[in-house]
Amino acid sequence: MSATDDIYRTSHLKLVPRRHWGRMISAGVVLLLLAALVRAFANGKIEWTYVGDFLFSRTILDGLVNTILMTFAAMALGIVLGVVFAIMRISENPVLSSIATGYVWVFRGAPALLQLLLWFNLALVFPKIGIPGVMEWRTVDVMTPFVAAMLALGIQQGAYTSEVVRGGLLSVDSGQYEAARAIGMGQLLMLRRIVLPQAMRVILPPIGNEVIGMVKTTSLASVIQYAEILHNAQIIYYANTRVLELLLVASFWYLATVSILSVVQMYIERYFARGAKRLKATG
Amino acid sequence: MSEILVKAIDVTKRFSNFTALDRVGMDIRKGEVACIIGPSGSGKSTFLRCINMLERIDGGAIWVGGELLGYRRQGDELHELRDHEIARQRRRTGMVFQRFNLFPHLTALENVTEGPIHVLKEDRKAAEAHARDLLARVGLSDKVGHYPSELSGGQQQRVAIARAMGMRPELILFDEPTSALDPELVSEVLDVMKDLAESGMTMIVVTHEMGFARSVADTVAFMESGRIEEIGPAEKVLSDPDNARCAAFVRAVHK
Ligand SMILES: Nc1ncnc2c1ncn2[C@@H]1O[C@H](COP(=O)(O)OP(=O)(O)O)[C@@H](O)[C@H]1O
Ligand SMILES: [Mg+2]
Repeated sequence: MSATDDIYRTSHLKLVPRRHWGRMISAGVVLLLLAALVRAFANGKIEWTYVGDFLFSRTILDGLVNTILMTFAAMALGIVLGVVFAIMRISENPVLSSIATGYVWVFRGAPALLQLLLWFNLALVFPKIGIPGVMEWRTVDVMTPFVAAMLALGIQQGAYTSEVVRGGLLSVDSGQYEAARAIGMGQLLMLRRIVLPQAMRVILPPIGNEVIGMVKTTSLASVIQYAEILHNAQIIYYANTRVLELLLVASFWYLATVSILSVVQMYIERYFARGAKRLKATG
Repeated sequence: MSEILVKAIDVTKRFSNFTALDRVGMDIRKGEVACIIGPSGSGKSTFLRCINMLERIDGGAIWVGGELLGYRRQGDELHELRDHEIARQRRRTGMVFQRFNLFPHLTALENVTEGPIHVLKEDRKAAEAHARDLLARVGLSDKVGHYPSELSGGQQQRVAIARAMGMRPELILFDEPTSALDPELVSEVLDVMKDLAESGMTMIVVTHEMGFARSVADTVAFMESGRIEEIGPAEKVLSDPDNARCAAFVRAVHK
């Protein structure tokens, strides 16, 4: 055996793993800071018994239900509007596509809080709504906090969602549109059966994020007296002055809701990813 | 001689001021297999797409099965058809694309049943049974539950052929069906097409496969610059064309 052959023999050598000094130090610092934070909360003037008492109180749970209700109502409206306006936007009809562009421009352009106040105070400029002489209602009766919040948050959401949906529609290969037409599909059937299911893969992750965002955005509706969880927590702490405890209770429920939704989102995305990956051959 | 299924007269198509088809005429009889050859950019795909109304023509007219495409005649007026009427006319014609265009979110079986169930409103059971037969016919009985991403190019193209047949068309258009395939996968697709031709299906095939054209086609048309420069029996056009450029093209492809 020659000397050069010896260089290429490694099997008898001992392997010494690399030490990650930087990682160890930064991890240590972060853990120390975390411990300080936990200690501050434990020793702070937080009455944890209040947190426990109110966590499952009737008012708080009612608020939670209203938060979830508003999240779904506003998102449902947002998604319907988003799909409709996205299809209008890419349509060849210039009137429809301009209206869709205008909708996105206007409703993305104003803060959510302002839109909530606008809808809620609609009665100031339109005392009555409906078809004059046929069916009319007093605006104050119709524009309950629920309806105002759903319209404000849903319509604004629709503006964002329509951009997401439009991106999804554009992501589908033109060959798919042609193949759908070639088997005699009309416009709507093609969108429903071929284009939207494929666009879903692109649309769903951002929509999932927006649902989660909406859970928290609903808290803005507390300013128009919608009895969601933050509003109800505030009502309690106005009475008992346990501000931080009740804010922690509300935080807990927001976090719990968001966590559950994240899991749901994962399963839905997995469903729409079917056919997208080359699966492992089974036998 | 059998009756005429496709009649194209003076079909003209412009893209802005570029003329992609210049007064193209063609008669295809029931059961006939016609191959269209010609250099890239000569308008072959555009012509097929006009027959399937994926492009709207600027001049001339096309009839499929005696039905004028895109218009309804009322007395001395031609009324443009609406979207759903165009969709209905398209059902008579199947199309197979160069890049397969299978629906990636559906299995092979679902790709074939999609049209019959949702467009033709066939009963699901019957449509599935028919689709299984078709997939068996193209040699894919063991792949019915596979998604397109789990199939080779040749297998995908065979599913695409089954999908076109699922609509029970009177005519199938093929736009370079083997051009996107690895060389070793070409013959499995050509074999399926040959079977289809022998079963009596009317086919218009854009292809560079001269062997296929020679052995299967009744008619061959040579296109160049948006015009049909030569058309006639396969043997004549491929072996002894009158047009010099057609002769040069056939020689070049054969090399
Ligand atoms: N949508 C389109 N817009 C503009 N030009 C087009 C379009 N489709 C085809 N063309 C042009 O028309 C000509 C014929 O195209 P095509 O029918 O695809 O040729 P072939 O299939 O024979 O290769 C080409 O020059 C091409 O660039
Ligand atoms: Mg082409």
